[in-house]
Amino acid sequence: MPSTPAIAVTDLVVDRGKRPVLKSVSTAISAGTVTGLLGPSGSGKTTFIRSVVGTQKTKGGTVTVLGEPAGSKPLRGRVAYVTQDASIYRDLSVKANVAYFAALYGRGRAEAMRAIERVGMGDHADKLAGNLSGGQKTRTSLACALVIGPEVLVLDEPTVGLDPVIREELWDRFRELAAGGATLLVSSHVMDEADRCDRLLLLREGRFIADDTPADLRAATGTANLEAAFLHLIRELEGAN
Amino acid sequence: MSLRITFITAGRILRQLLNDHRTVGLILAVPALIIALISAIMDEAPQVFDKTGLILLAAFPFMLMFMITSITLLRERTGGTLERLMTTPTAKLDLVVGYALAFGTAAAAQTAVAATVAFAFLGLDTQGPTWAVFLICIVTSLLGMALGLFVSAFATTEFQAIQFMPVIVVPQLFLCGLIWPADQMAGWLQGVSDALPLTYAVKALTEVQLNPDVTADMWADLAVVFGAVVVATVLGAATLRRRTN
Repeated sequence: MPSTPAIAVTDLVVDRGKRPVLKSVSTAISAGTVTGLLGPSGSGKTTFIRSVVGTQKTKGGTVTVLGEPAGSKPLRGRVAYVTQDASIYRDLSVKANVAYFAALYGRGRAEAMRAIERVGMGDHADKLAGNLSGGQKTRTSLACALVIGPEVLVLDEPTVGLDPVIREELWDRFRELAAGGATLLVSSHVMDEADRCDRLLLLREGRFIADDTPADLRAATGTANLEAAFLHLIRELEGAN
Repeated sequence: MSLRITFITAGRILRQLLNDHRTVGLILAVPALIIALISAIMDEAPQVFDKTGLILLAAFPFMLMFMITSITLLRERTGGTLERLMTTPTAKLDLVVGYALAFGTAAAAQTAVAATVAFAFLGLDTQGPTWAVFLICIVTSLLGMALGLFVSAFATTEFQAIQFMPVIVVPQLFLCGLIWPADQMAGWLQGVSDALPLTYAVKALTEVQLNPDVTADMWADLAVVFGAVVVATVLGAATLRRRTN
Protein backbone atom coordinates (compact mmCIF):
# COMPACT_ATOMS: atom_id res chain seq x y z
CA MET A 1 0.00 0.00 0.00
CA PRO A 2 1.30 3.50 -0.83
CA SER A 3 1.47 6.12 1.92
CA THR A 4 -1.51 8.38 2.69
CA PRO A 5 -3.49 8.90 -0.51
CA ALA A 6 -3.75 12.43 -1.96
CA ILE A 7 -7.49 12.00 -2.36
CA ALA A 8 -9.45 9.56 -0.20
CA VAL A 9 -13.16 9.05 -0.76
CA THR A 10 -15.12 6.82 1.60
CA ASP A 11 -18.76 5.79 1.15
CA LEU A 12 -19.63 9.06 -0.60
CA VAL A 13 -23.37 9.51 -1.13
CA VAL A 14 -24.79 12.47 -3.05
CA ASP A 15 -28.40 13.20 -3.92
CA ARG A 16 -29.37 16.00 -6.24
CA GLY A 17 -32.94 16.83 -5.45
CA LYS A 18 -34.52 13.45 -4.79
CA ARG A 19 -32.41 11.66 -7.36
CA PRO A 20 -29.46 9.68 -5.99
CA VAL A 21 -26.41 10.59 -8.10
CA LEU A 22 -23.58 8.88 -6.22
CA LYS A 23 -24.56 5.72 -4.38
CA SER A 24 -21.79 5.13 -1.86
CA VAL A 25 -18.55 5.35 -3.81
CA SER A 26 -15.08 4.87 -2.34
CA THR A 27 -11.60 5.19 -3.77
CA ALA A 28 -8.08 6.26 -2.88
CA ILE A 29 -5.91 8.23 -5.30
CA SER A 30 -2.12 8.26 -4.79
CA ALA A 31 -0.06 11.42 -5.02
CA GLY A 32 1.88 12.01 -8.23
CA THR A 33 -0.54 10.12 -10.46
CA VAL A 34 -3.02 10.88 -13.21
CA THR A 35 -6.39 9.28 -12.56
CA GLY A 36 -9.01 9.14 -15.28
CA LEU A 37 -12.66 9.39 -14.32
CA LEU A 38 -14.64 7.83 -17.14
CA GLY A 39 -18.28 7.28 -17.72
CA PRO A 40 -21.19 8.26 -19.93
CA SER A 41 -22.71 11.70 -19.49
CA GLY A 42 -25.13 11.74 -16.59
CA SER A 43 -23.21 9.06 -14.73
CA GLY A 44 -22.19 11.45 -11.94
CA LYS A 45 -18.67 12.47 -13.05
CA THR A 46 -19.16 16.18 -12.44
CA THR A 47 -20.85 15.51 -9.10
CA PHE A 48 -17.89 13.36 -8.02
CA ILE A 49 -15.44 16.05 -9.10
CA ARG A 50 -17.39 18.79 -7.32
CA SER A 51 -17.34 16.66 -4.17
CA VAL A 52 -13.55 16.43 -4.37
CA VAL A 53 -13.13 20.21 -4.70
CA GLY A 54 -15.74 20.74 -1.99
CA THR A 55 -18.42 22.67 -3.87
CA GLN A 56 -20.98 19.85 -3.80
CA LYS A 57 -23.37 19.29 -0.90
CA THR A 58 -22.98 15.68 0.09
CA LYS A 59 -25.37 13.39 1.93
CA GLY A 60 -22.98 10.90 3.45
CA GLY A 61 -19.41 9.64 3.54
CA THR A 62 -16.16 11.58 3.64
CA VAL A 63 -13.84 13.14 1.08
CA THR A 64 -10.31 13.93 2.25
CA VAL A 65 -7.79 15.79 0.08
CA LEU A 66 -4.13 16.06 1.18
CA GLY A 67 -5.25 14.98 4.63
CA GLU A 68 -7.85 17.79 4.99
CA PRO A 69 -11.64 17.71 4.50
CA ALA A 70 -12.46 18.54 0.85
CA GLY A 71 -13.05 22.26 0.27
CA SER A 72 -11.64 23.29 3.66
CA LYS A 73 -9.69 26.52 3.98
CA PRO A 74 -6.14 25.12 4.03
CA LEU A 75 -6.82 23.45 0.66
CA ARG A 76 -7.85 26.61 -1.19
CA GLY A 77 -4.29 27.47 -2.18
CA ARG A 78 -3.33 23.89 -3.01
CA VAL A 79 -6.17 22.52 -5.10
CA ALA A 80 -7.15 23.88 -8.52
CA TYR A 81 -10.41 23.13 -10.27
CA VAL A 82 -11.18 23.49 -13.96
CA THR A 83 -14.92 23.30 -14.60
CA GLN A 84 -16.44 21.72 -17.66
CA ASP A 85 -17.67 25.00 -19.17
CA ALA A 86 -14.82 27.48 -19.19
CA SER A 87 -15.21 29.50 -15.98
CA ILE A 88 -13.58 32.72 -17.13
CA TYR A 89 -14.69 36.33 -17.47
CA ARG A 90 -15.93 36.95 -21.00
CA ASP A 91 -15.40 40.70 -20.71
CA LEU A 92 -11.72 40.38 -19.78
CA SER A 93 -8.80 39.55 -22.06
CA VAL A 94 -7.07 36.18 -21.82
CA LYS A 95 -4.15 37.90 -20.10
CA ALA A 96 -6.38 39.71 -17.59
CA ASN A 97 -8.23 36.49 -16.75
CA VAL A 98 -5.10 34.48 -16.05
CA ALA A 99 -3.41 37.40 -14.26
CA TYR A 100 -6.45 37.73 -11.98
CA PHE A 101 -6.41 34.10 -10.85
CA ALA A 102 -2.61 34.26 -10.59
CA ALA A 103 -2.85 37.34 -8.35
CA LEU A 104 -5.32 35.60 -6.00
CA TYR A 105 -2.49 33.18 -5.24
CA GLY A 106 0.18 35.88 -5.05
CA ARG A 107 1.65 35.09 -8.44
CA GLY A 108 2.75 37.72 -10.93
CA ARG A 109 2.22 38.65 -14.57
CA ALA A 110 5.30 36.79 -15.82
CA GLU A 111 3.93 33.55 -14.40
CA ALA A 112 0.54 34.31 -15.96
CA MET A 113 2.17 34.76 -19.37
CA ARG A 114 4.06 31.46 -18.96
CA ALA A 115 0.80 29.64 -18.20
CA ILE A 116 -0.79 31.22 -21.28
CA GLU A 117 2.12 30.09 -23.47
CA ARG A 118 1.90 26.63 -21.98
CA VAL A 119 -1.66 26.13 -23.25
CA GLY A 120 -0.76 27.56 -26.66
CA MET A 121 -2.69 30.82 -26.22
CA GLY A 122 0.31 33.18 -26.48
CA ASP A 123 -0.89 34.64 -29.79
CA HIS A 124 -4.33 35.41 -28.35
CA ALA A 125 -3.32 36.84 -24.98
CA ASP A 126 -4.84 40.27 -25.67
CA LYS A 127 -8.15 38.99 -27.07
CA LEU A 128 -11.34 39.27 -25.04
CA ALA A 129 -12.31 35.85 -23.72
CA GLY A 130 -15.87 36.33 -25.01
CA ASN A 131 -14.56 36.44 -28.59
CA LEU A 132 -12.64 33.14 -28.37
CA SER A 133 -13.67 29.79 -29.81
CA GLY A 134 -14.85 27.04 -27.44
CA GLY A 135 -11.49 25.28 -27.40
CA GLN A 136 -9.62 28.53 -26.79
CA LYS A 137 -11.90 29.33 -23.85
CA THR A 138 -11.19 25.89 -22.38
CA ARG A 139 -7.45 26.47 -22.71
CA THR A 140 -7.72 29.89 -21.07
CA SER A 141 -9.66 28.34 -18.20
CA LEU A 142 -6.95 25.71 -17.90
CA ALA A 143 -4.21 28.35 -17.84
CA CYS A 144 -6.04 30.00 -14.91
CA ALA A 145 -5.56 26.73 -12.98
CA LEU A 146 -2.02 25.90 -14.17
CA VAL A 147 -0.72 29.30 -13.07
CA ILE A 148 -1.34 28.33 -9.44
CA GLY A 149 1.05 25.38 -9.61
CA PRO A 150 -1.45 23.27 -7.64
CA GLU A 151 -0.66 20.12 -5.69
CA VAL A 152 -3.98 18.66 -6.75
CA LEU A 153 -5.46 19.53 -10.12
CA VAL A 154 -9.04 18.49 -10.82
CA LEU A 155 -10.23 18.80 -14.41
CA ASP A 156 -13.74 18.21 -15.68
CA GLU A 157 -13.64 17.17 -19.36
CA PRO A 158 -10.71 19.48 -20.17
CA THR A 159 -10.07 18.28 -23.70
CA VAL A 160 -13.56 18.46 -25.23
CA GLY A 161 -13.47 20.11 -28.64
CA LEU A 162 -9.71 20.59 -28.69
CA ASP A 163 -7.43 20.25 -31.67
CA PRO A 164 -5.70 16.81 -31.50
CA VAL A 165 -2.27 18.46 -31.42
CA ILE A 166 -3.23 20.67 -28.46
CA ARG A 167 -4.85 17.69 -26.77
CA GLU A 168 -1.65 15.73 -27.12
CA GLU A 169 0.35 18.64 -25.71
CA LEU A 170 -2.01 19.00 -22.78
CA TRP A 171 -1.72 15.34 -21.90
CA ASP A 172 2.07 15.64 -22.03
CA ARG A 173 1.71 18.59 -19.69
CA PHE A 174 -0.51 16.58 -17.31
CA ARG A 175 2.08 13.79 -17.26
CA GLU A 176 4.82 16.34 -16.53
CA LEU A 177 2.83 17.78 -13.62
CA ALA A 178 2.29 14.30 -12.19
CA ALA A 179 5.99 13.52 -12.61
CA GLY A 180 6.64 16.66 -10.56
CA GLY A 181 4.53 15.23 -7.73
CA ALA A 182 1.10 16.75 -8.49
CA THR A 183 -2.03 14.63 -8.32
CA LEU A 184 -4.44 14.90 -11.23
CA LEU A 185 -8.04 13.79 -11.50
CA VAL A 186 -9.31 14.14 -15.06
CA SER A 187 -12.79 13.28 -16.22
CA SER A 188 -13.40 12.31 -19.80
CA HIS A 189 -15.78 10.38 -21.94
CA VAL A 190 -13.15 9.75 -24.58
CA MET A 191 -11.73 6.27 -24.17
CA ASP A 192 -8.57 6.94 -26.15
CA GLU A 193 -7.46 9.28 -23.36
CA ALA A 194 -7.84 6.54 -20.77
CA ASP A 195 -4.59 4.90 -21.81
CA ARG A 196 -2.64 7.98 -20.73
CA CYS A 197 -3.82 7.60 -17.13
CA ASP A 198 -2.10 5.67 -14.35
CA ARG A 199 -5.41 4.57 -12.98
CA LEU A 200 -9.00 4.51 -14.18
CA LEU A 201 -12.27 4.94 -12.37
CA LEU A 202 -15.29 3.91 -14.38
CA LEU A 203 -18.47 5.46 -13.12
CA ARG A 204 -21.80 4.11 -14.23
CA GLU A 205 -25.17 4.97 -12.73
CA GLY A 206 -23.61 6.39 -9.59
CA ARG A 207 -21.23 3.52 -8.80
CA PHE A 208 -17.66 2.68 -9.69
CA ILE A 209 -17.68 -0.47 -11.79
CA ALA A 210 -13.90 -0.41 -12.20
CA ASP A 211 -10.98 1.07 -10.24
CA ASP A 212 -7.77 -0.26 -11.74
CA THR A 213 -4.76 0.43 -13.97
CA PRO A 214 -5.39 0.32 -17.74
CA ALA A 215 -3.13 -2.73 -18.14
CA ASP A 216 -4.83 -4.69 -15.35
CA LEU A 217 -8.27 -3.82 -16.72
CA ARG A 218 -7.36 -5.19 -20.13
CA ALA A 219 -5.82 -8.31 -18.59
CA ALA A 220 -8.76 -8.96 -16.24
CA THR A 221 -11.32 -8.69 -19.02
CA GLY A 222 -9.18 -10.42 -21.64
CA THR A 223 -9.70 -7.59 -24.09
CA ALA A 224 -7.28 -5.65 -26.29
CA ASN A 225 -8.58 -2.14 -25.79
CA LEU A 226 -10.25 -0.24 -22.97
CA GLU A 227 -13.47 0.39 -24.83
CA ALA A 228 -13.92 -3.38 -25.11
CA ALA A 229 -12.86 -3.85 -21.49
CA PHE A 230 -15.55 -1.49 -20.27
CA LEU A 231 -18.21 -3.06 -22.45
CA HIS A 232 -17.19 -6.41 -21.03
CA LEU A 233 -17.54 -5.13 -17.46
CA ILE A 234 -20.94 -3.56 -18.11
CA ARG A 235 -22.28 -6.75 -19.74
CA GLU A 236 -20.92 -8.80 -16.87
CA LEU A 237 -22.73 -6.56 -14.36
CA GLU A 238 -25.96 -6.63 -16.31
CA GLY A 239 -25.70 -10.41 -16.61
CA ALA A 240 -25.33 -10.64 -12.83
CA ASN A 241 -28.52 -8.66 -12.22
CA MET B 1 -10.89 38.40 4.76
CA SER B 2 -7.76 39.67 3.02
CA LEU B 3 -7.30 43.29 1.93
CA ARG B 4 -4.97 42.20 -0.84
CA ILE B 5 -7.55 39.85 -2.37
CA THR B 6 -10.31 42.44 -1.89
CA PHE B 7 -8.34 44.99 -3.93
CA ILE B 8 -7.44 42.41 -6.60
CA THR B 9 -11.13 41.55 -6.87
CA ALA B 10 -12.18 45.21 -7.08
CA GLY B 11 -9.55 45.77 -9.78
CA ARG B 12 -10.84 42.84 -11.80
CA ILE B 13 -14.46 44.04 -11.58
CA LEU B 14 -13.50 47.60 -12.60
CA ARG B 15 -11.48 46.27 -15.52
CA GLN B 16 -14.51 44.26 -16.67
CA LEU B 17 -16.62 47.41 -16.51
CA LEU B 18 -14.02 49.55 -18.33
CA ASN B 19 -13.77 47.00 -21.14
CA ASP B 20 -17.44 47.70 -21.86
CA HIS B 21 -17.13 51.18 -23.39
CA ARG B 22 -20.79 51.58 -24.15
CA THR B 23 -21.81 50.89 -20.55
CA VAL B 24 -19.19 53.37 -19.30
CA GLY B 25 -20.62 56.02 -21.63
CA LEU B 26 -24.18 55.33 -20.51
CA ILE B 27 -23.23 55.36 -16.82
CA LEU B 28 -21.51 58.72 -17.11
CA ALA B 29 -23.82 60.55 -19.50
CA VAL B 30 -27.39 59.39 -18.88
CA PRO B 31 -28.03 60.79 -15.36
CA ALA B 32 -26.66 64.21 -16.33
CA LEU B 33 -28.87 64.26 -19.45
CA ILE B 34 -32.03 63.20 -17.57
CA ILE B 35 -31.43 65.78 -14.85
CA ALA B 36 -30.98 68.40 -17.59
CA LEU B 37 -34.27 67.25 -19.09
CA ILE B 38 -36.04 67.53 -15.72
CA SER B 39 -34.56 70.98 -15.24
CA ALA B 40 -35.99 72.08 -18.61
CA ILE B 41 -39.39 70.54 -17.75
CA MET B 42 -39.44 72.48 -14.46
CA ASP B 43 -38.22 75.63 -16.16
CA GLU B 44 -40.83 77.83 -14.45
CA ALA B 45 -40.30 76.37 -10.96
CA PRO B 46 -36.60 76.33 -10.03
CA GLN B 47 -37.43 75.71 -6.34
CA VAL B 48 -39.18 72.44 -7.32
CA PHE B 49 -36.16 71.48 -9.41
CA ASP B 50 -33.89 72.14 -6.42
CA LYS B 51 -35.74 69.38 -4.60
CA THR B 52 -36.34 66.90 -7.46
CA GLY B 53 -32.93 67.36 -9.08
CA LEU B 54 -31.23 66.75 -5.76
CA ILE B 55 -33.16 63.52 -5.14
CA LEU B 56 -32.38 62.35 -8.68
CA LEU B 57 -28.66 62.80 -7.98
CA ALA B 58 -28.97 60.01 -5.40
CA ALA B 59 -31.65 57.99 -7.24
CA PHE B 60 -29.50 57.38 -10.32
CA PRO B 61 -26.50 55.75 -8.65
CA PHE B 62 -28.99 53.75 -6.56
CA MET B 63 -30.66 52.34 -9.69
CA LEU B 64 -27.38 51.91 -11.54
CA MET B 65 -25.73 49.94 -8.78
CA PHE B 66 -28.78 47.75 -8.32
CA MET B 67 -28.79 46.87 -12.01
CA ILE B 68 -25.11 46.29 -12.60
CA THR B 69 -24.61 44.39 -9.37
CA SER B 70 -27.56 42.07 -9.84
CA ILE B 71 -26.52 41.28 -13.41
CA THR B 72 -22.76 40.91 -12.89
CA LEU B 73 -23.30 38.73 -9.82
CA LEU B 74 -25.85 36.65 -11.67
CA ARG B 75 -23.21 36.14 -14.37
CA GLU B 76 -20.72 35.04 -11.71
CA ARG B 77 -23.27 32.57 -10.36
CA THR B 78 -24.41 31.13 -13.70
CA GLY B 79 -21.07 31.33 -15.56
CA GLY B 80 -19.26 29.08 -13.08
CA THR B 81 -16.78 31.76 -12.00
CA LEU B 82 -18.38 32.04 -8.55
CA GLU B 83 -17.98 28.29 -8.03
CA ARG B 84 -14.39 28.58 -9.17
CA LEU B 85 -13.70 31.53 -6.87
CA MET B 86 -15.10 29.52 -3.96
CA THR B 87 -12.28 27.01 -4.44
CA THR B 88 -9.66 29.83 -4.33
CA PRO B 89 -8.46 31.75 -1.25
CA THR B 90 -11.16 34.38 -1.95
CA ALA B 91 -13.45 34.85 1.08
CA LYS B 92 -17.09 35.82 0.57
CA LEU B 93 -16.40 39.15 2.20
CA ASP B 94 -13.46 39.78 -0.17
CA LEU B 95 -15.84 39.36 -3.07
CA VAL B 96 -18.65 41.49 -1.63
CA VAL B 97 -16.36 44.31 -0.49
CA GLY B 98 -14.52 44.08 -3.82
CA TYR B 99 -17.86 44.67 -5.56
CA ALA B 100 -18.64 47.57 -3.23
CA LEU B 101 -15.27 49.22 -3.94
CA ALA B 102 -15.47 48.75 -7.70
CA PHE B 103 -19.07 49.81 -8.19
CA GLY B 104 -18.76 52.49 -5.49
CA THR B 105 -16.03 53.99 -7.68
CA ALA B 106 -18.34 53.81 -10.71
CA ALA B 107 -21.11 55.47 -8.69
CA ALA B 108 -18.73 58.20 -7.52
CA ALA B 109 -17.74 58.95 -11.13
CA GLN B 110 -21.38 59.05 -12.17
CA THR B 111 -22.32 61.33 -9.28
CA ALA B 112 -19.36 63.63 -10.00
CA VAL B 113 -20.48 64.17 -13.61
CA ALA B 114 -24.18 64.54 -12.78
CA ALA B 115 -23.53 66.84 -9.80
CA THR B 116 -21.13 69.06 -11.74
CA VAL B 117 -23.70 69.47 -14.51
CA ALA B 118 -26.56 70.07 -12.04
CA PHE B 119 -24.75 72.56 -9.78
CA ALA B 120 -22.68 74.41 -12.38
CA PHE B 121 -24.98 74.52 -15.41
CA LEU B 122 -28.53 73.83 -14.28
CA GLY B 123 -28.60 76.12 -11.27
CA LEU B 124 -29.31 73.41 -8.70
CA ASP B 125 -28.99 75.00 -5.29
CA THR B 126 -28.61 73.71 -1.74
CA GLN B 127 -28.01 75.54 1.53
CA GLY B 128 -25.65 72.84 2.77
CA PRO B 129 -22.24 71.73 1.46
CA THR B 130 -21.78 69.78 -1.79
CA TRP B 131 -19.60 67.15 -0.14
CA ALA B 132 -22.55 66.09 2.02
CA VAL B 133 -24.64 65.58 -1.14
CA PHE B 134 -21.80 63.52 -2.58
CA LEU B 135 -21.48 61.41 0.56
CA ILE B 136 -25.22 60.68 0.64
CA CYS B 137 -25.16 59.70 -3.04
CA ILE B 138 -22.30 57.23 -2.48
CA VAL B 139 -23.95 55.57 0.53
CA THR B 140 -27.23 55.37 -1.40
CA SER B 141 -25.42 53.75 -4.33
CA LEU B 142 -24.03 51.13 -1.94
CA LEU B 143 -27.62 50.43 -0.86
CA GLY B 144 -28.44 49.71 -4.51
CA MET B 145 -25.41 47.42 -4.72
CA ALA B 146 -26.36 45.49 -1.57
CA LEU B 147 -29.95 45.00 -2.74
CA GLY B 148 -28.73 43.91 -6.18
CA LEU B 149 -26.40 41.40 -4.56
CA PHE B 150 -29.29 40.00 -2.54
CA VAL B 151 -31.79 39.65 -5.41
CA SER B 152 -29.21 38.06 -7.72
CA ALA B 153 -29.70 34.92 -5.61
CA PHE B 154 -33.36 34.74 -6.63
CA ALA B 155 -32.90 35.17 -10.36
CA THR B 156 -31.68 32.44 -12.67
CA THR B 157 -31.51 34.57 -15.83
CA GLU B 158 -30.62 38.19 -16.62
CA PHE B 159 -34.19 38.62 -17.83
CA GLN B 160 -35.48 37.74 -14.36
CA ALA B 161 -32.89 39.96 -12.68
CA ILE B 162 -34.20 42.97 -14.59
CA GLN B 163 -37.77 42.11 -13.50
CA PHE B 164 -36.69 42.71 -9.91
CA MET B 165 -36.28 46.42 -10.70
CA PRO B 166 -40.04 47.13 -10.50
CA VAL B 167 -40.24 45.00 -7.34
CA ILE B 168 -37.36 46.43 -5.31
CA VAL B 169 -36.40 49.77 -6.84
CA VAL B 170 -39.56 51.37 -8.23
CA PRO B 171 -41.68 51.29 -5.03
CA GLN B 172 -38.80 52.90 -3.14
CA LEU B 173 -38.51 55.65 -5.77
CA PHE B 174 -42.27 56.31 -5.66
CA LEU B 175 -42.46 56.34 -1.88
CA CYS B 176 -39.23 58.14 -1.01
CA GLY B 177 -40.64 61.60 -1.70
CA LEU B 178 -39.42 61.95 -5.29
CA ILE B 179 -42.83 62.23 -6.97
CA TRP B 180 -44.90 63.27 -3.95
CA PRO B 181 -44.03 64.39 -0.42
CA ALA B 182 -44.27 61.46 2.00
CA ASP B 183 -46.29 63.46 4.58
CA GLN B 184 -49.09 63.97 2.02
CA MET B 185 -49.56 60.26 1.29
CA ALA B 186 -52.26 58.01 2.76
CA GLY B 187 -51.46 57.30 6.42
CA TRP B 188 -50.70 53.61 5.94
CA LEU B 189 -48.47 54.44 2.99
CA GLN B 190 -46.46 56.85 5.15
CA GLY B 191 -45.76 53.84 7.37
CA VAL B 192 -44.51 51.89 4.35
CA SER B 193 -42.42 54.86 3.25
CA ASP B 194 -40.85 55.03 6.71
CA ALA B 195 -39.86 51.38 6.44
CA LEU B 196 -37.99 51.80 3.14
CA PRO B 197 -34.31 52.76 3.33
CA LEU B 198 -34.30 55.07 0.30
CA THR B 199 -36.71 57.39 2.18
CA TYR B 200 -33.93 58.15 4.66
CA ALA B 201 -31.53 59.06 1.86
CA VAL B 202 -34.08 61.61 0.68
CA LYS B 203 -34.56 62.91 4.23
CA ALA B 204 -30.80 63.33 4.56
CA LEU B 205 -30.67 65.22 1.24
CA THR B 206 -33.53 67.47 2.38
CA GLU B 207 -31.53 68.32 5.50
CA VAL B 208 -28.60 69.39 3.30
CA GLN B 209 -30.93 71.38 1.11
CA LEU B 210 -32.47 73.36 3.97
CA ASN B 211 -29.55 73.88 6.38
CA PRO B 212 -26.28 75.67 5.68
CA ASP B 213 -24.52 73.46 8.23
CA VAL B 214 -24.49 69.68 8.39
CA THR B 215 -27.15 68.65 10.93
CA ALA B 216 -27.35 65.81 13.42
CA ASP B 217 -30.58 64.75 11.70
CA MET B 218 -28.70 64.31 8.45
CA TRP B 219 -26.17 62.04 10.13
CA ALA B 220 -28.98 60.07 11.77
CA ASP B 221 -30.79 59.59 8.44
CA LEU B 222 -27.55 58.62 6.73
CA ALA B 223 -26.84 56.14 9.51
CA VAL B 224 -30.20 54.44 8.80
CA VAL B 225 -29.27 54.10 5.12
CA PHE B 226 -25.86 52.76 6.07
CA GLY B 227 -27.45 50.29 8.50
CA ALA B 228 -29.67 49.04 5.66
CA VAL B 229 -26.54 48.64 3.49
CA VAL B 230 -24.92 46.47 6.15
CA VAL B 231 -28.04 44.31 6.66
CA ALA B 232 -28.61 43.80 2.92
CA THR B 233 -24.91 43.04 2.37
CA VAL B 234 -24.88 40.42 5.12
CA LEU B 235 -28.06 38.85 3.71
CA GLY B 236 -26.57 38.99 0.22
CA ALA B 237 -23.26 37.46 1.33
CA ALA B 238 -25.25 34.66 2.99
CA THR B 239 -26.65 33.76 -0.46
CA LEU B 240 -23.13 33.11 -1.76
CA ARG B 241 -22.82 29.44 -0.99
CA ARG B 242 -19.55 27.58 -1.04
CA ARG B 243 -21.37 24.27 -1.41
CA THR B 244 -24.38 23.91 -3.65
CA ASN B 245 -26.54 21.11 -4.88
